[in-house]
Amino acid sequence: MDTILFLSHTEQDGKLPRAGLEALGAAKELAQALKATLVAGVFGKVTQPAAAQLAGTGAARALAVTGADFADARYATDAAAAEALSRAAAPTIVIAPGTSRLSRVLPAVAHRLGGRVDTHATAVAAKDGAPTLTRWFYRQRMEATLKRTERPWVVLIDGGCHAAVVPDGGAPALEEVPVAIGDAQRRTRVTGFKAPRSDAQTIRPDAKILFVAGAGWTKKQADGKPHVEEAEKLILGFLGATKASLGSSKSLVDLSGEGNAVLTFMSHLNQIGQTGATPRHPKGLATCCHGEEPHVVGWRFINERRAVNLDPNCGWARGKADVVYVADAFEVVAKVNALLK
Amino acid sequence: MSGYQIVVCGSIVPDPLQTLEPVTGPSGPVLKNELMLPAVLDPWAGHALYEAANLAAKTPGSKVWLVSLGPKAKVQQVMMAVGQKVPFELVALDGPAGGFVDAHETAAALADAVKAIPGIDRTKLLVFGGWESASRGAGATLQILGERLEIHDQFQGVDQIAPQADGSLEILERVEGGQHQISVVAGPPALLGWATGNLPEPRNNPQVGMANMRGIMPALQKSKPAKVGTGDLQYLAVTLPKAQRETRVVKNMPTDEIAREIVEWISKD
Ligand SMILES: Cc1cc2nc3c(=O)[nH]c(=O)nc-3n(C[C@H](O)[C@H](O)[C@H](O)COP(=O)(O)OP(=O)(O)OC[C@H]3O[C@@H](n4cnc5c(N)ncnc54)[C@H](O)[C@@H]3O)c2cc1C
Repeated sequence: MDTILFLSHTEQDGKLPRAGLEALGAAKELAQALKATLVAGVFGKVTQPAAAQLAGTGAARALAVTGADFADARYATDAAAAEALSRAAAPTIVIAPGTSRLSRVLPAVAHRLGGRVDTHATAVAAKDGAPTLTRWFYRQRMEATLKRTERPWVVLIDGGCHAAVVPDGGAPALEEVPVAIGDAQRRTRVTGFKAPRSDAQTIRPDAKILFVAGAGWTKKQADGKPHVEEAEKLILGFLGATKASLGSSKSLVDLSGEGNAVLTFMSHLNQIGQTGATPRHPKGLATCCHGEEPHVVGWRFINERRAVNLDPNCGWARGKADVVYVADAFEVVAKVNALLK
Repeated sequence: MSGYQIVVCGSIVPDPLQTLEPVTGPSGPVLKNELMLPAVLDPWAGHALYEAANLAAKTPGSKVWLVSLGPKAKVQQVMMAVGQKVPFELVALDGPAGGFVDAHETAAALADAVKAIPGIDRTKLLVFGGWESASRGAGATLQILGERLEIHDQFQGVDQIAPQADGSLEILERVEGGQHQISVVAGPPALLGWATGNLPEPRNNPQVGMANMRGIMPALQKSKPAKVGTGDLQYLAVTLPKAQRETRVVKNMPTDEIAREIVEWISKD
């Protein structure tokens, strides 16, 4: 019989991250479908608050690795904690959220356990009594369903792919698993975070809409001149009014990187596409982007797509967006902003 | 510090402008006409290579290797272009580089190749690569490689490395919500999976190209076949998404009306 370990770190407040609650939902469903035993394992500086979130999942055991050494997302200590929890649970399958913290260590932990890993899963299911997984290949250009024979099988599930569990009933007691940490595992110190200025924080994973700006915003317009300052005002105006998340084409962020007069709030972190992010939002509005294939792969998980482009033959018009407005984005966004006021 | 030994792991991927179609091969899925598709250096691995060259240029006594596991003939084509950009020594392994290969097998082959580099010294070693490939997109190969090399200071989604006066290295990694986590590692050995970094693609430099070519051709000639494959993976289905949407192309609509339509669409739940 399978044993499924749900594995996650906690946040600074001791609770599971949202993606953790989603992965827990997937683990719970898979355990039911496979008639498997579910075990939960959490680690962090504080773990007790997570116990209440495990309530009602049917977990046979709830394990924890707790302490100051596990406060920060550091490879050596996170790998040690995840390894210890896995050895204590002796699972055949490990289900974990694909947070940056777990993505950094779990492939290595799978190797330590003599198992195998798959990342960026969008779904797990049971087929003929065996687990299967779905994920994308070639930067979201094709989707595969696969299974493995080696165990343990460690699976990282991408955020936004499964409904989060709703805790129900009493919190299980957490069993502490001891992990000894030595100086060798403290060679790295996490010293802080670098966030953009709060007015420049344009990446909002939970936004209802993704606004994507392309290089067209910086190009010469009908009067033969670029209007970069106006473009900045219009884009920031739209983001302010809609609380949209800001994406960019590769061309536009590359221009910024090369020191051209461009949108000052744009960085490589905004880039979507083949070599950028593939965010999940219900809606997306592309402006001044041509809509070529390497760009469009960044839209894989955007449900409703609209675009504004001067060029009626742009890539977006060829079956990639739901609606393409052949129009000047400067004029359209100015009007949109006025209506939203 | 008498310099770093920077080993960059990076292979090739199909040019992103190509149409990709999965077909069934003898031992699992492959791409239709895979060996005919024009290839490029895997983009994030490319950033790793340029960052490595930049760090080496700023740190006297440093050296860069590029370890590449891919079909020899295709790697050769790509190296003709990449070899013009920054100085490195190529270590080539002949084997499949496609998306359906298992990361565990690739990592094992890469680990053997890194260990076999003459004169490799752990106290100077920095292993670089792209944090994910544009083929498998697993973000798993480097971590397993690091474990096999017993490197337990690892970083993923790296955008910056800055050597400090005391020999430590400050590293910026991408984390959730458009932020970077800042860490300081005491020094090599360390493993860094790069995101985009901060450097533009270097211009071609004919002198660099000539120097590189002296090593690239012999490295390709002596490249050994690497036994990597799909391992225990069983693919039940590989499909292209329904790519085509019914696009409504709106021409000649007054701007006011377009704006109204967009606002209505945004406001609707
Ligand atoms: C290895 C590799 C990886 C890549 N990865 C990515 C990636 O991750 N993400 C990505 O985006 N691209 C990627 N690309 C690049 C991609 O192929 C395109 O070059 C890029 O996306 C084009 O950017 P763009 O649409 O902003 O700019 P352009 O192609 O310059 O298009 C600008 C558009 O703006 C329109 N425009 C101009 N003025 C106006 C106006 N006033 N109103 C409305 N429209 C206007 C024009 O009609 C034009 O269509 C990659 C390429 C390679 C080779």
